[in-house]
Amino acid sequence: MQAVRYARASSVDEAITMLREGGETARVLAGGTDVIVQARERRRHIDLFVDIKHIPELMSLTLDAGGGLTVGAATPLYRVYGDAEVTRRFSALAESTHVIGGTAIQGRASLGGNLANASPAADSIPAMIALGAVARVAGPAGPREVSVADFCTGPGRNVLQPGEFITSIHFPARPAGSGSAWERFIPRNEMDIAVVNAAVSLTLAGDVVTEARFSLGAVAPIPLSVPTAAEALVGRPLTDATIAAADEAAKAAATPISDMRGTIRQRKHLSAVLTERVIRRAVERARA
Amino acid sequence: MTTTEDGILIRTTINGDPTTFLASQRDSLLEALRERLNMTGSKEGCNNGNCGACSVLLDGRLVNSCLVLAAEVEGARVDTIEGMAEGEQLHPLQRAFLEEAALQCGICTPGFLVASRALLAENPRPTEEEARFWLAGNLCRCTGYDKIIRAVLKAAGEMDGKR
Amino acid sequence: MVSTEKPQYRVIGTSPVRPDGVDKVTGRAEYGADIKLEGLLYGAVLRSPHAHAVIKRIDTSKAAALPGVKAVVINADFPAQASGDLDLGEGRANPMWLVDNVLAGSKVLYHGHAVAAVAATDLHVAEDALALIEVEYEVLPAVIEVREAMLETAPVLHPELRTNVRARGAPAAADRPTNVALHMRVEKGDVAAGFAEADVVIEREFTTSQFHQGYIEPQNATAFWNRDGEVTVWTSTQGAFSVRDQVAALLKVGVGHIKVVPMEIGGGFGGKINVYLEPVAALLSRKTGRPVKMWMPRADVIRATGPTSSTFNRVKIGAKKDGTITAIHAYLAYAAGAYPGSSVGAGVSCATAPYSLDNVLIDGFDVVTNTPKTAAYRAPGAPASEYAVEATLDEVAEALEMDKMDLRLKNAAKEGATNAMGQPLAKIGAVEVMQAVKSHPHYTSEIQGEDIGRGVAMGFWFNGGMETSSSATVYQDGTVGLVLGSTDIGGTRASLAMQLAENLGLTMEDIKPQVVDTDTVGYTAVTGGSRTTFAGGWVAYDLGEDIKKRLVDRAARIWSVPVDQVRYEDGGVSGPAAEDGSARRLSFQEIAGKLQGSGGLIAVSATSRRNTQGAAFAGHIVDVHVDRETGKVSILRYTAIQDVGTAIHPAYVEGQIQGGVVQGIGMALNEEYYYDDEGHMLNASLLDYRIPVANDVPMIETVLVEVPNPGHPYGVRGVGEVPIVPPQPAIRNAVADAIGVKLYHTPMTPARILDELLPRE
Repeated sequence: MQAVRYARASSVDEAITMLREGGETARVLAGGTDVIVQARERRRHIDLFVDIKHIPELMSLTLDAGGGLTVGAATPLYRVYGDAEVTRRFSALAESTHVIGGTAIQGRASLGGNLANASPAADSIPAMIALGAVARVAGPAGPREVSVADFCTGPGRNVLQPGEFITSIHFPARPAGSGSAWERFIPRNEMDIAVVNAAVSLTLAGDVVTEARFSLGAVAPIPLSVPTAAEALVGRPLTDATIAAADEAAKAAATPISDMRGTIRQRKHLSAVLTERVIRRAVERARA
Repeated sequence: MTTTEDGILIRTTINGDPTTFLASQRDSLLEALRERLNMTGSKEGCNNGNCGACSVLLDGRLVNSCLVLAAEVEGARVDTIEGMAEGEQLHPLQRAFLEEAALQCGICTPGFLVASRALLAENPRPTEEEARFWLAGNLCRCTGYDKIIRAVLKAAGEMDGKR
Repeated sequence: MVSTEKPQYRVIGTSPVRPDGVDKVTGRAEYGADIKLEGLLYGAVLRSPHAHAVIKRIDTSKAAALPGVKAVVINADFPAQASGDLDLGEGRANPMWLVDNVLAGSKVLYHGHAVAAVAATDLHVAEDALALIEVEYEVLPAVIEVREAMLETAPVLHPELRTNVRARGAPAAADRPTNVALHMRVEKGDVAAGFAEADVVIEREFTTSQFHQGYIEPQNATAFWNRDGEVTVWTSTQGAFSVRDQVAALLKVGVGHIKVVPMEIGGGFGGKINVYLEPVAALLSRKTGRPVKMWMPRADVIRATGPTSSTFNRVKIGAKKDGTITAIHAYLAYAAGAYPGSSVGAGVSCATAPYSLDNVLIDGFDVVTNTPKTAAYRAPGAPASEYAVEATLDEVAEALEMDKMDLRLKNAAKEGATNAMGQPLAKIGAVEVMQAVKSHPHYTSEIQGEDIGRGVAMGFWFNGGMETSSSATVYQDGTVGLVLGSTDIGGTRASLAMQLAENLGLTMEDIKPQVVDTDTVGYTAVTGGSRTTFAGGWVAYDLGEDIKKRLVDRAARIWSVPVDQVRYEDGGVSGPAAEDGSARRLSFQEIAGKLQGSGGLIAVSATSRRNTQGAAFAGHIVDVHVDRETGKVSILRYTAIQDVGTAIHPAYVEGQIQGGVVQGIGMALNEEYYYDDEGHMLNASLLDYRIPVANDVPMIETVLVEVPNPGHPYGVRGVGEVPIVPPQPAIRNAVADAIGVKLYHTPMTPARILDELLPRE
């Protein structure tokens, strides 16, 4: 572990102050499952951890009266998938958070951390994008909101300015007739980085898709929004042909690399396979 | 929490005992347990959250102690393998692991026991599939998992039967 | 359990709780990294970022000047080494190569090769110091693949290396630099004539990746070089004496001045025999006068400690219509890693061993590559060569339209037949195992469902004998202390105590086994080669015989009767009836209580060097499902059948088999070393080096076939290694059955299977 100091913030304002004083080598510490490893392996220069887990609002999970969901940035994942209402209404989110690392990782890791880490293969980000989530950010210049779809700018890079950090992720209420699903492909059955992951949220009126949002992970430098897949479905009746068109759009949108976790050919192919699978599961849920 | 240039005085509760210890701000909870507190039952297998050998409970929740800074446990409650048996009695999971031959080299065993204890606290009668899923973050290279899973299911049956 | 001619035992065949069990479930057991000593320093190792480079310059001065740093060492701190030969028990080592592997000499030969080491008052400080060591490298091209390394145009690792040709009929090696360290050959009969006789001839080529042993406990060592010149090393090892001998050789200190204390060991599987940190910790301790503790980060374990060879194997099999195999010709090339000494020898010897054949020709090559020096891994060398043979055999059966087990049974190795080396086989369970496979309900059941297939494969391993020493003391309370030199990696305290208890008519709980240091027990070879329960069992038996004889003598003295009228039976001594007609009988506990007043307690010791271990055979059946959309294989059902001789502790025998099977599943499906073009090893974590997790595998059914080994008093055969042999071919054959795709490489990752399933590009 590199030389690092630990400080505990009890409010958002205090965290802002600590981060400002810490400068560029200060980092927010939420679950620590990525950032502690980075500091230990000296992959990133960090000399101050600002622990945000003692700020109550950052550890919250709230379903508001209108049906929206707000998850504190440091709220551990087990509380996300462990909530029956979240699982029912925001299925893609529950599915993705339930398989990030092992059980012990889920006791610490958070949505805010997963998003801020900005891995192209992050499991929860496609689910957040598909569900139209917005990241609420605090910082020296005041609070702001960033759509999760626009949050990542490259592998390990994001839109946060110096001193800024995520305070919560907000998910808009789910329209009637909506369903969502998330799936990844990994070589083992747990404990792997996704070769590809995919998420969709869609809304049905009868047999017609009125709204859809797709996302793919591990097929580009950032988790992708795939509007072309949505265009293949929206306004059309749900048939094998329209689903196949969405699959093909997803495959076309994927611009993966070959690396030790997967090949271009495999990832392009899986983009279509997983898109098909999440559509069918989301449709079942929308109809239920 | 009292901090100096590098050192940090941490007040916590370990296995129910109020404990104050001096650590480096760089220490993980695992390093502090092992090298500062001489509680070596929690093991280092990978030091990055992939093997589960360092599993402990932090405020009742299963975590990898290699991915927790020692400083983070100020004011928290930590439960380790050393606190699992009560008095003269082994925990039913510990007994089941012995009776079912669920360990060979034994290095992963403390982690499996702590993780299994957390499983049974949340799900007293897991299915085989649920137990395997919950324990997927705990690697064992010796047993092929067969006898570990049997031991967990057996202990679950015993504990639930007594409830 | 299938048994033949098994005597009635009282202790053997039961599954008591191991003597070291409570410590291991309560966290009290002391593994190597758990040690704490006064004045302890922490060591850390700087490793090469390059796969092949000349070290032009190392400057350690800034590191040495960092407050808290007490010593820095490099290769030059070791005494110079000439070429030599050290017997490690499972494998051998040349100290000239070994010292350069421990800390690189003039060149680094693989990514992760150790370059320098630091001792400091705190591990964090030691790591800070590593960053201050300046190393200037001249980077050279690297060669990773075994076939590429064999090319004349390949980068040469060791300019002085020449091929040692031990192959009758092969041309002598040219006197020029090469990466081929050894060409060996086994030949029996006339393969050309055999192929001429064949109705079907099938030739296939196979490759296997490097696989790591994957023990969960990283390598560790703590050393204290006292200022009187006496060295103590605490380490988690399979062989305390092997560590002592290697450290002595590398430091040029007499073995009598080195004491190795074996700590509990968190898995080894062959990988904890060679030394890595032990000599370095000793050097650091000599420089500082303080004990130094080191353990490897996981990435170092994967990058720098012994994986298996990657291999290229070509197998040609000829058979007649009735299934008789007329000839097998195999070409086996094994990557040794950075220094010579792969397990190709065992690969050659085991390749065709499950079968009795008239005509066999096997060429084996040991080839150096810019990858970590390979180490033994569970049946070292056997899985790759037997995979190639078993997979090709499946295609022979298909061509002959013959049942896969009928083909194997037709050619099964039998007692009295000779193996490929021309040696006659002792009593072996090959036929029994094959018959048990063929009649098992798993094999005879219908396969139901789409894209599901079944595979079978056999496996062979020699098992080891070698040297083991022990001593025992009868205590006055009727318990017996049993002192062992074999480190207990998975229950051998229990299996050895049980054999002594059986002989003495006691319970396992009456025996108090302990594993001791190298000063406290006679020479004992490694816990490896599936030898410990066999060889340790022989010694336990000998100790029991000695104790019984002495107890009989003592009883005769106590009763004042002739020795030949006293018998040891049913856990005690019996003599002729007393004058008043009462029976003369003392239980073990009773006579133990009288020892101190009648000539003293009894202490005995024994050493065994028997090599009557008896080979092990395994037959595995597996059902898999292949997801055609993703290429992913799921193991649905697995049955492992094995000749275990006599199962001393059946639960532990099952555990050995289940563990071996799941390691083999890892090799078959997802474990591999992934290198970039420059030879950087990229997946050095337990996230990306994918050993099976709990929900990757089903319960593993075991069938223990007991064909007692006539070379052991209780019929013991080694059991630990052979179960890793059949999974690769069995699963490969099952995948072929499921989707009609035959693969020629392991691991059969989803990407590779998908590549076969997707339309050709």
